[in-house]
Amino acid sequence: MAQHQDFKKPTFELSMLLYDTRYRSTSFQVIALILFFSLIWWLVNNTMSNLAITGKDIDFSFLVHESNYDINQRLLEYDSRSSHGRAAVLGVLNTLVLSAIGCVTATILGVFVGIARLSKNWIVARIMTVHIEIFRNVPLLLWILLIMSMVAHSFPVPKHFRGADPIATMKLFDSVALTNRGFYIPEPLFSNGFGDMGFFSNSFYISIDLIVILAILIGSIWASGKIKARAKRIQEETGIRPTTWYLRLGVIFIPTILLLVYLGFYLGYPELKGFNFKGGIHLRNSLIALWIALSLYTSAFIAEIVRSGILAVSKGQTEAAGALGIKPNVIMALVILPQALKVIVPPLISNYLNLTKNSSLAIAVGYMDLTGTLMGITLNQTGRELETLLLGMSIYLTISLLISAVINWYNRRNDMVER
Amino acid sequence: MRNVSFVRSEMLAEQTPPLTSIGVIGWARENLFNGWFNSILTVISLYIVYSFLSFLIPWVLTPTWKATSLNECREINTALTGHHSGACWGVITERWPQFIFGFYDRSILWRPILVFVLFLATIAPILFERVPRKLFLLGPVFPFLAVWLLWGGSIWSPVFSFLGLVLGYLVWRSLKERVNAVILLLSSIGVPIIWWMFLTEPASGLLAEIIPYEIQILPSRDFGGLLLSLTIGLTAIFCSLPIGIFLALGRQSDLLIVKVLCVWFIEFIRGVPLITLLFVASTLLNIFMPPGTNFDIIMRVVIMVTLFSSAYMAEVVRGGLAGLDSGQYEAANALGFSYWKAQRLIIMPQALKISIPGIVSNFIGVLKDTTLVSVIGLFDPIGLTTVVLADMRWNGVYWELNVFVALCFFVFCFSMSRYSMYLERKLRKEN
Repeated sequence: MAQHQDFKKPTFELSMLLYDTRYRSTSFQVIALILFFSLIWWLVNNTMSNLAITGKDIDFSFLVHESNYDINQRLLEYDSRSSHGRAAVLGVLNTLVLSAIGCVTATILGVFVGIARLSKNWIVARIMTVHIEIFRNVPLLLWILLIMSMVAHSFPVPKHFRGADPIATMKLFDSVALTNRGFYIPEPLFSNGFGDMGFFSNSFYISIDLIVILAILIGSIWASGKIKARAKRIQEETGIRPTTWYLRLGVIFIPTILLLVYLGFYLGYPELKGFNFKGGIHLRNSLIALWIALSLYTSAFIAEIVRSGILAVSKGQTEAAGALGIKPNVIMALVILPQALKVIVPPLISNYLNLTKNSSLAIAVGYMDLTGTLMGITLNQTGRELETLLLGMSIYLTISLLISAVINWYNRRNDMVER
Repeated sequence: MRNVSFVRSEMLAEQTPPLTSIGVIGWARENLFNGWFNSILTVISLYIVYSFLSFLIPWVLTPTWKATSLNECREINTALTGHHSGACWGVITERWPQFIFGFYDRSILWRPILVFVLFLATIAPILFERVPRKLFLLGPVFPFLAVWLLWGGSIWSPVFSFLGLVLGYLVWRSLKERVNAVILLLSSIGVPIIWWMFLTEPASGLLAEIIPYEIQILPSRDFGGLLLSLTIGLTAIFCSLPIGIFLALGRQSDLLIVKVLCVWFIEFIRGVPLITLLFVASTLLNIFMPPGTNFDIIMRVVIMVTLFSSAYMAEVVRGGLAGLDSGQYEAANALGFSYWKAQRLIIMPQALKISIPGIVSNFIGVLKDTTLVSVIGLFDPIGLTTVVLADMRWNGVYWELNVFVALCFFVFCFSMSRYSMYLERKLRKEN
């Protein structure tokens, strides 16, 4: 016989906030939120009362004041009468330049080392292992300082280049001078250029020549991509792939070369005048040292990523492709690399991010990046710790979040391809 | 007719393999000279190794260990080889205690050495299985003992701080069976905190007056060298692992607000360079604290480095959690495990095992990153290099100092990475 029992409709009780799984998560979250906001309130309150005691306020107007310091490696016009804000912009540009060239060389070196470490040649593999272990297990700051002292002490002083029988000579057909003050390389100049274009009431100039060249180059690469797509379509339809490599090379290079000829492109060589070299682009030895150190250090990490990526592709893939009669180098290009890249690229980009953040160590050798300008000299001169650090950190954060967005985009795109 | 058999009825005697495929020659043919490309690579590599060593070995093997200045080194090297390009190791002979202990009072060096030995004894049972398990008991005592031995002061403050821990344990044990989990957790955490906040200082002050026993106080600015690096690095390493695990769990959690807070924290910390956080520690952290607070620079740096590495640790652990088969979560649910019980007994042991390489390389990163404190004016080994170079006698010995510091870090970092490989091998075997 079935027994009936009258269930009371459950009424809400206070203890259900804790014991009922329907409410528990909400009540925990409310508690977490309250704790978080009270922490924030506590910090802000402390900050306010501390600022009141020292008589400071939060004020970003120092950004338009005269900076009174010089930045030696710069991409834009700048002198000591420029504003702190402009110094910060130059710092950001210097950070980006260093990171960009560092990423390129670190990738090239890292891929080389990573592949060479997998070599069947015993001694090559050993050398690469030693390279990786040395660079991964010693602090980056130490490498920067070591390479800085090497660059500063092992190259000749500019006066050694002088005279009929100089002690030191310029390299690469007299175009590059390696001195202890840095490297002087030729600069691209235009005898017939379009001049500069001013932005923000002429506070920033950008060369129109550069914009035009970039536009033409991007257009050519796009056109080359179109040719490739067409070749692929023809291959799908007829099974015969038309030979297009000369067409694509031509499309990429001929318009750019024509434009360069039209603009009257020539190289400005560095020349020894007085006590120092004039002309050309001067890469200071702090930049050189940072570039070398960051590239070598990051290359060790990239090498490990490349190695594990290649090892992650199972051997069956190679064997299956071989069984289908595909040539070895085609196997590498069409079977192994596409699969390895999927494993390699996300950690590779996060290493680019690390390199960008590590470039803040530039302050140790006096390269004026964002840390050196805004969070270094500007902070010390104006005494505005809160404002400068807040601004500097948010700039770094923006750069990082942009790079993370790229990683996420790549991962999403590849997840969709995966079946 | 005789039966003519085409099959041999006895075996041929074994022949030795050709000389070119065994021994050193065989190995060399297989690994160094198989094909023209590899042969060229081998020759080039041998040349690189030779030119490197022929530069390095004469530089390292110079009898300059007893020299007292750079000039004296140069004289020794010139007398020996005719040019002064050898290393000058006299500076290491003279300054190595400074590179290890900084400006720590020379008469009481036994204290940091004892702390280091105790540290090894504390972590030994974690690292190796054969070590007696009883050494685990050292774990809760060690932090208080180490702080007291390193910084000095009255014995009663570490004793009473430790009593807070004991109190928490006692509360937990006595209430374990009687109250529910939340109240148990709150009371066993709350009681020690109240003890530390309100009772430790007056009680230890009182006892210090009755039975005064204190050892020499060392200010934080005397800390330097590897002592400083290891203090900051190891503290950050051991604090960041639990914080990182909780952050990773928070990031994976279903609770939206907790998840958002964890993601913000992790992304913020990972988005800025450590050096900016150290600037915050050196210039800004006191502004965030109640007015009048002025706490120790080493402590500020430790807090920042810990926060920094815990965000990275969270990402490593999250990778381990993601790498775990979802069947494990479902099985734990099916067995009726509560969330925390499932995490503790099923999820974490496996997730942490997967993420060992990442965790250890994170540890190595933290130890290397402690060198950044030289930028904010602390005297870690790199900061000390500038001190030594300021000495007239040693002005110009960059290489020797940097190589020495690099070797110190290499020893620690390399042994950590080797240990992680050993651990991976051991755990793989057990499956």
